[in-house]
Amino acid sequence: MKSWIAFWSILKKDIQNYYLKPPNISWGIIFPLSWTLMQFIRSGSLNIIEFLPGLMSMSILFGTTSMLAVTITFERKGRSFERLLLAPISLNTMVLAKITGAVLFGILNAFIPAAVAAFFADLTGVNWGVVLLAVCLISITSTLLGLLIAVSAKEVFEAQTFSNFFRFPMLFLCGLFIPIHELPAFFRLLSYCLPLTYGTDILNGAIAQTNTMPSLLCIPVLLAFAVFLFVICRYNINRKWIL
Amino acid sequence: MDIVNVTNLKKTYGDFAAVNGVDFSIGQGEIFGFLGPNGAGKTSTINMMIGLAKPTEGTIIIKGIDVRKQVKKAQSIMGIVPDESNLYDELDGFENLCFCASLYGMRKEERESKAKQLLDEFRLTEAGKRPFKAYSKGMRRKLVIAAGIIHSPQILFLDEPTTGIDIESARQIRELIVELKNQGTTVFITTHYIEDAERICDRIAFIVSGKIIAIGSIPELMESISHGYMIRLSAEESIMKYAADLQARFEGCNIKASQNNSLVLASQNRIPLLPVIQYFDEKGVSIYEARQLSPTLEDVFVKVTGIEAEKLEKEKEKGVAGK
Repeated sequence: MKSWIAFWSILKKDIQNYYLKPPNISWGIIFPLSWTLMQFIRSGSLNIIEFLPGLMSMSILFGTTSMLAVTITFERKGRSFERLLLAPISLNTMVLAKITGAVLFGILNAFIPAAVAAFFADLTGVNWGVVLLAVCLISITSTLLGLLIAVSAKEVFEAQTFSNFFRFPMLFLCGLFIPIHELPAFFRLLSYCLPLTYGTDILNGAIAQTNTMPSLLCIPVLLAFAVFLFVICRYNINRKWIL
Repeated sequence: MDIVNVTNLKKTYGDFAAVNGVDFSIGQGEIFGFLGPNGAGKTSTINMMIGLAKPTEGTIIIKGIDVRKQVKKAQSIMGIVPDESNLYDELDGFENLCFCASLYGMRKEERESKAKQLLDEFRLTEAGKRPFKAYSKGMRRKLVIAAGIIHSPQILFLDEPTTGIDIESARQIRELIVELKNQGTTVFITTHYIEDAERICDRIAFIVSGKIIAIGSIPELMESISHGYMIRLSAEESIMKYAADLQARFEGCNIKASQNNSLVLASQNRIPLLPVIQYFDEKGVSIYEARQLSPTLEDVFVKVTGIEAEKLEKEKEKGVAGK
C-alpha cells in the first residue's frame, strides 16, 4: 500500500509538473499536423490511412523519448531526483512511476493524429484493440529508450542530443519512409534490431492491412524488447546513480 | 543505547581514499556533529550512511538495520536534509511537503494535516501557498528541513543546515534541532559553523583526509587540549610594562601580553589571585576584571585539524555564494 501511495504521487506530480504543461500539449498537436502538412506538400496528395501508422509511431517516439530523458536529467541536475532515490520505495517502483507518466503521454500523443484523421478518412476498418496494444507497446519501449538516455546524460542538452542520435536513425530504418525490403542488407538487419520496426508493422497491419510480419510475432518481440530495456535501465541506474 | 554503529567505513574512488577507515557510534537521542574542511570525507560518509553511495568496505548499522543489506528499510526511519534545496520549484510549499510525505507511504489526510502543522511551526503558513521557486533562501532551507521530518524519522541527517541563511532563520533551525532531540530524535549534523556545533551538539567528530582525528563530547574535546590554567587580568591602563616583573615574582607562571590593557597568566597549577591583585595594588593599578580562560571548540578544531576555523567558514560561504 505504501509503495502504491508513493507510485501514484510520483506519477501525479510528473503529469502535473511536466506532461500537462501547455508547451507539451501544443507539441502533441503541432508535431503530427506539421508532418501531415509536409507529406501533403511533398506529394500533392495524401492517403491518410497509409500515412496514419507512421504518424502515430513518430508522435509516440518523439514525445516519449525526449520527455523522459529531459525531465529526469532536469530533476537530477536540481537534485530533486535524489529525494526519490532516498525514499523507502524500491527502485523498480520509482522507475515504473517515472515511466508510466511518459507512457501515458505517448499514448495520448498517438491518438491525436488518429482523432484528427477520423474527420477526413473512413476508419471503420481499423482494428482498434490491436492499435491500442501496439501504441502501448511502442510507448513503453520508446519511454525505456528515453530512460536509457537519461541514465547516460548529465545535462539536459546532452539528453536532447542523445535522443536525436537514437530517434532519427530509427525513423529511417523502421520502414516508415523506406520499405524494409528495399534497405541494404546491413541496414535491413539493423532495422530488425529496433523495437519501432515491430510497432510500426503492427500499426500498419491494424490500420492499413500493409504489415510485413504477423502481429503474433511482433507483439512478443516488443514485449521482449520492453523487458530487456527495463533490465538494462535498472542495472545502469544502480551502477551510475548509487555510486 | 547506540542507534548508529559505523565500523571501518571506507570509500575509494580509484586510488583516492575519500573515507579511510572511519569508526563511530551515535547514541539514541543524541545530536552528533561531524566537522571537517572541504574534501575531508564528510559528504562521502553521509552518502554511504543514507544509501546514496556504496561503501567500499565496512559496516553501517542503524537501529539494528544493516544499511548495506537493507537500505530501503533503513531509509524508512531516516530523515534527510541535504546541503542544497532539493524540492520542486513548480510545486508550492504545501504540495512539496505532501509529496515528500507520500514517498514514505503517508495517507492523504495524515500528510495534509502534518504539512499544515509543520508550515505553522516553521512560520511558513502564508508562504505555503506560494511556489517553492518564489521562496527566500531562509524559507527554502526551513521547508527542506520540514520535508525531512514530515514522516517523523528516528534519525535525522542534516547537511550544513544553517549555511548561507539569515541569523533569525539560523536561530529557529537550531531551536528546532534541540526540540527534535528533546522528542527523542537522533540528529547527525555536518556543519562548518563551529559555534553552531558547540551550541547544540552533544558529541562531535573531527574528520580530516578521510579519517576521524578526534571524537568526544565538547568537554572531553576541550580537556584534550587544555593543559593547566589561564587567567586574564584587565586594568584601566596598560599593564604590559609589569609583565617581566610579574614573571620574576611568580615562578611557574607564564605571563603573556594580551590585547588592550590586559595580561594573561598561564600555569600548570591553580593560580592564587590575592598575591597578584596585591602586587598591582602596590603599584597603584586597579584590576577590575580577572577571568579564567577556557579553550573553545574553535581552539580544539584548530589544534586537531591545523586549519583556521575562520578560513573554513569563509571557504564554505564562498562555495555557497558561488552556487
